[in-house]
Amino acid sequence: MAKIKTDKLNLWYGPFHALKDVDSSFGANRITAIIGPSGCGKSTLLRVFNRMNDLIEGVRTAGKVLVDGEDIFGPGADLVKLRKKVGMVFQRPNPFPLSVYENIVFGERIHADSIKRDTLDEIVERSLKSVLLWDELKDRLNEPALRLTLEQKQRLCIARLIAVKPEVLLMDEPCSTLDPQATARIEELMRELKNNYTIIIVTHNMQQAARVSDDTGFMLLGELIEFGRTEDIFTAPKDRRTEDYITGRYG
Amino acid sequence: MRKIKEFMIENLIFICGMASIFFVVLIFLFLLKEGLALFNIESPLKFLFGKSWYPISEPPQLGIFPLILGSLLVTAGAAIISIPIGVGCAIYIAEIAPVKTKEVLKAGVELLAAIPSVVLGFIGMVTLVPFVKTVFHLPTGLTALSGSIMLAFMAMPTIVTIAEDALYSVPKTYKEGALALGATHWQTIWRVMLPAASSGILAAVMLGIGRVIGETMAVMMITGNAAVIPHSILVPVRTLTATIAAEMGEAVVGSEHYFALFAIGIVLFIISFAINVTADLFLHKRQ
Repeated sequence: MAKIKTDKLNLWYGPFHALKDVDSSFGANRITAIIGPSGCGKSTLLRVFNRMNDLIEGVRTAGKVLVDGEDIFGPGADLVKLRKKVGMVFQRPNPFPLSVYENIVFGERIHADSIKRDTLDEIVERSLKSVLLWDELKDRLNEPALRLTLEQKQRLCIARLIAVKPEVLLMDEPCSTLDPQATARIEELMRELKNNYTIIIVTHNMQQAARVSDDTGFMLLGELIEFGRTEDIFTAPKDRRTEDYITGRYG
Repeated sequence: MRKIKEFMIENLIFICGMASIFFVVLIFLFLLKEGLALFNIESPLKFLFGKSWYPISEPPQLGIFPLILGSLLVTAGAAIISIPIGVGCAIYIAEIAPVKTKEVLKAGVELLAAIPSVVLGFIGMVTLVPFVKTVFHLPTGLTALSGSIMLAFMAMPTIVTIAEDALYSVPKTYKEGALALGATHWQTIWRVMLPAASSGILAAVMLGIGRVIGETMAVMMITGNAAVIPHSILVPVRTLTATIAAEMGEAVVGSEHYFALFAIGIVLFIISFAINVTADLFLHKRQ
């Protein structure tokens, strides 16, 4: 069943038409990769789903984006609720300049009506365990998060996100600053998280898309050219442009 | 030929660089020489904690405790007023204001910094002082409070500009991260931006206070200049700076009074220096 659907989605940055009539459907508990050359609009599409584009001045959208059947641009849309449900992991790990502990409980502190120390401790342990950082960091919870390694930081950001119990994880090139081993481990983590979350990952690393995703969408110049099961896209692309891209003729 | 030119320019620049330090050292030595001479006559403790300042009575009483308290009171008052408003203004400019409002506000703040302190003092004298007098039913409006309010205006530009800089230099990714977790704009500012900018904001506050404590003209005009230990913020006080400015002209060179004024200069120098060093520490911590 589709967790997120777009219907004739268009987006402009001022006069620049960045997304053109995008129709797509992202399945629940699947990993969907969006691939395409730089500037094709894949990050823009990802940032539509939690409305991060709202931060940019001069952005205009048309068309529908449904999350669980609700239009996120509709009149009754609640931005805070949306972002709780649809969380995002960024390209550069961006832990807050706070302790490891405070990074993870950040979401609880801003969303909960009353804060209980026990609940916080529990959240920290559960979240860190789910990103396999608990053993490494359980004795370092009060250290500044900025002192961790890049990979740990990115895991911490995922843990911080999981702590607010989202349903969808948007990942914008989450491994582009990591080395190959760290990348492999994060991919492993993604496969594990897929059982509980819907994951959409933007990457221009085609091998990564092929390795981790169930479905793949290929974008070019703001259009979603082809969308389907990853194995089909990579072995038998229907569109000539998809084939040219995945065989490395451009990009 | 080219080498000679290079050599000359390099040395010229070297001399310029050394000159500034050289003059600072000279000034400091002069201050020390004139100020420390006082302590041949008066003990430092009696000077710092003596309760009365009657420099021309016979024998002169040279206790600057009321002056120190006067300075601290006016400064503390100015800090209490200017820090929340200044930091609030910086947050508004850096985070909330639309582009046009931002430009207007920044120009306004710079304009405020450009007003000479004697003009501010003058305006305070004819508007603020009578106002304070009527509002609190005082015999005179020349009080520490009036001085604090006026000085708050002077500290504000420093605080706003530097705090705003600090907020700007918070990486955008922090803000995005917080918003993406569902934080509201204010939660993002309060829980992420301000802590991340805290050392820069503290530096801004320290430099603002540094400006206040060294300020002379305006305070001399509106604080009433009574060298008594203040028991509330609604009485006239006299600051260290105003004392030097008001009395240096009439002190006989080489007299105890003259040396005492220089010793006050040393005290002021130490306070300003300490504040600037603290501000510097915060700024460096940020980098």
